[in-house]
Amino acid sequence: MRAYHQNFRENLRLALDTLRTHKFRSFLTILGVLIGTTTVIAVASIFAGLDRQVSDAAKDFGTNTLAIFKFTPGFHFRLSREERLRKPLTYEDAVAIKEACPSVESVAVENFLWWGPPPLLKYKGKEVVDYDLSGATAEDFRVTNTNLADGRFFTAVDDAHRRNVAVIGPDIVKRLFDHEDAIGKIIMIGSNAFEVIGTAAPRKAFPGDNSINRWVKIPYLTFKKIYPNERENFILAMAYEGRMAEAKEEISNVLRHRRHVKPAEPDSFGISSAEAFIQQFRQIIGTVVLVTVVISSIGLLVGGIGVMNIMLVSVTERTREIGVRKAIGARRRDITWQFLLEAMTLTGAGGVLGILVGAGISLLIRTLSSFPSSVPLWSVAVGFIIAVSIGLFFGLWPAMKASRLDPIVALRYE
Amino acid sequence: MSSRTLTAPLQQTMTPKDGVIIRTENLWKTYDMGAVQVHALCDVSFDIERGEYVAIMGPSGSGKSTLMNLIGCLDTPTQGKYWLNGRLVSELSDDELAYIRNKEIGFVFQTFNLLSRATALHNVELPLIYSGTPAAERLERAREALRKVELGDRMHHKPNELSGGQRQRVAIARALVNEPSIILADEPTGNLDSATGDEIMNLFDRLHQAGNTIVLVTHEHDIAARAHRIIHIRDGKVARDERVK
Repeated sequence: MRAYHQNFRENLRLALDTLRTHKFRSFLTILGVLIGTTTVIAVASIFAGLDRQVSDAAKDFGTNTLAIFKFTPGFHFRLSREERLRKPLTYEDAVAIKEACPSVESVAVENFLWWGPPPLLKYKGKEVVDYDLSGATAEDFRVTNTNLADGRFFTAVDDAHRRNVAVIGPDIVKRLFDHEDAIGKIIMIGSNAFEVIGTAAPRKAFPGDNSINRWVKIPYLTFKKIYPNERENFILAMAYEGRMAEAKEEISNVLRHRRHVKPAEPDSFGISSAEAFIQQFRQIIGTVVLVTVVISSIGLLVGGIGVMNIMLVSVTERTREIGVRKAIGARRRDITWQFLLEAMTLTGAGGVLGILVGAGISLLIRTLSSFPSSVPLWSVAVGFIIAVSIGLFFGLWPAMKASRLDPIVALRYE
Repeated sequence: MSSRTLTAPLQQTMTPKDGVIIRTENLWKTYDMGAVQVHALCDVSFDIERGEYVAIMGPSGSGKSTLMNLIGCLDTPTQGKYWLNGRLVSELSDDELAYIRNKEIGFVFQTFNLLSRATALHNVELPLIYSGTPAAERLERAREALRKVELGDRMHHKPNELSGGQRQRVAIARALVNEPSIILADEPTGNLDSATGDEIMNLFDRLHQAGNTIVLVTHEHDIAARAHRIIHIRDGKVARDERVK
């Protein structure tokens, strides 16, 4: 064992020495491994950032809140025709949930514009075109975990009287009320005048969602009065702490009954939660990561072949040295280890450089944008291990070749 | 791992009498060249005793290189037996031979064969690295060997910073460092001018006087004449075995 340890140190010294002697050649050789590792690190850091964003946004949305729609809320690549043609959820569905589900603390309903752009939003000549308009019941702010920045939320009374009052998101405040106090001001939504009674605090967005703070909410019945034909309702239910699963079960039972879903049929509606959303997101990310790994492993494979090539050159160049080493007592495995370690040092160095470059890219992204990319520790470990393994795998054949050289022939090699 | 102690029992069926360090018995080396068989060595037998200074002489093609490879445990005979220091080495595996080379044989080559990127000291350390000697002891023994060849002040020089004679002395230090049974020198002065060659031969004389067994392979008469016994090889056979001193 001691002999082995000494050999390791000697071989490592030798390997680093070779690296130093052939700096440029070594660099070119490990370029493939370097790029491969860089890709792994950079992609991992981006996905770690995305994941962070998603969990932050989900937490901000509320971990006890269930979102219910006629199809599952969340990411969709394509909706089926059946899903699109399902009948809308109704206000009465929400009332029934509130009454029949003991695990549900609070229920809110939102009605929104199903098709087309929202009506022009105006204040003193300033206009906003891209925003989300919805009619919400008074419970909505509590259920969606919305915080107030200023003023007040509208109440059940405002709703019942179909008052023209509005609560606006922080981005709308920024656009319409530069240095003004928004509370009490009259804004125009299309041809209807609304009084701003509250402004909301900003909330964390899901990746790619830049409309999270760009919304106007008016009372549910006011919305109905203006847009009587909008029939799609979005129901939000807040479960009591720790009773999410029960709440989901209860809601499902109520809706299946009310929508006449036969026992063998699947739900004709979707219930989602922040947790489910995170899971869905991670599933998608998992696929993307897999694709990235496959692509970068092609790069690593090419890099590995380069390493094998240069190791074969190295073995040939040092035939005489191998002969000398064998003559003075190196065994086959001593020679094998010498060249294996050299190959692993080579690709390991590529891995370290790749990790540094990848971390640099991650840092650059974080500095130049607000995106919270961060290099996860596991990706550093994986990157390094992959790099070293490539040296091991592609160095094996050249090393075996070196170890099998006949010392007599090797000593005579010119 | 089997480490440095050999697991296979070393056959000692016919232990040569004490004092005999090399015994070859009917050594044959045959190369199969397809249609014909070439006998590089035919039925070579001789003993070399501890402390002898022997030259193996012969023109090129005589088989002396083949014989040197066999004595140096770089190769195994096609037929026959070879004992080195009491061990029958003619039937050992590659790794066992590596072990024997490390422990029992100190090679000195015509072209020095030093590692060009390593210092003199590190070159001399190398056999000790392969024998698993601890670092501190290794360093001390390597220094000692270099001092023996009067290169105590050149330890940290690389081969290209040394003269030919100095390089060969580093190689001799490397051969000595593991305290081998024999020093096997293959045309050690072949790449040196005659004055430097003389210096090296004087060094061999001193090593011999200090009790080392030296086997010199050469085709030059005046080099062979420094030895005490000359084994002449011709056409793969021992043509003459003479004591000259």
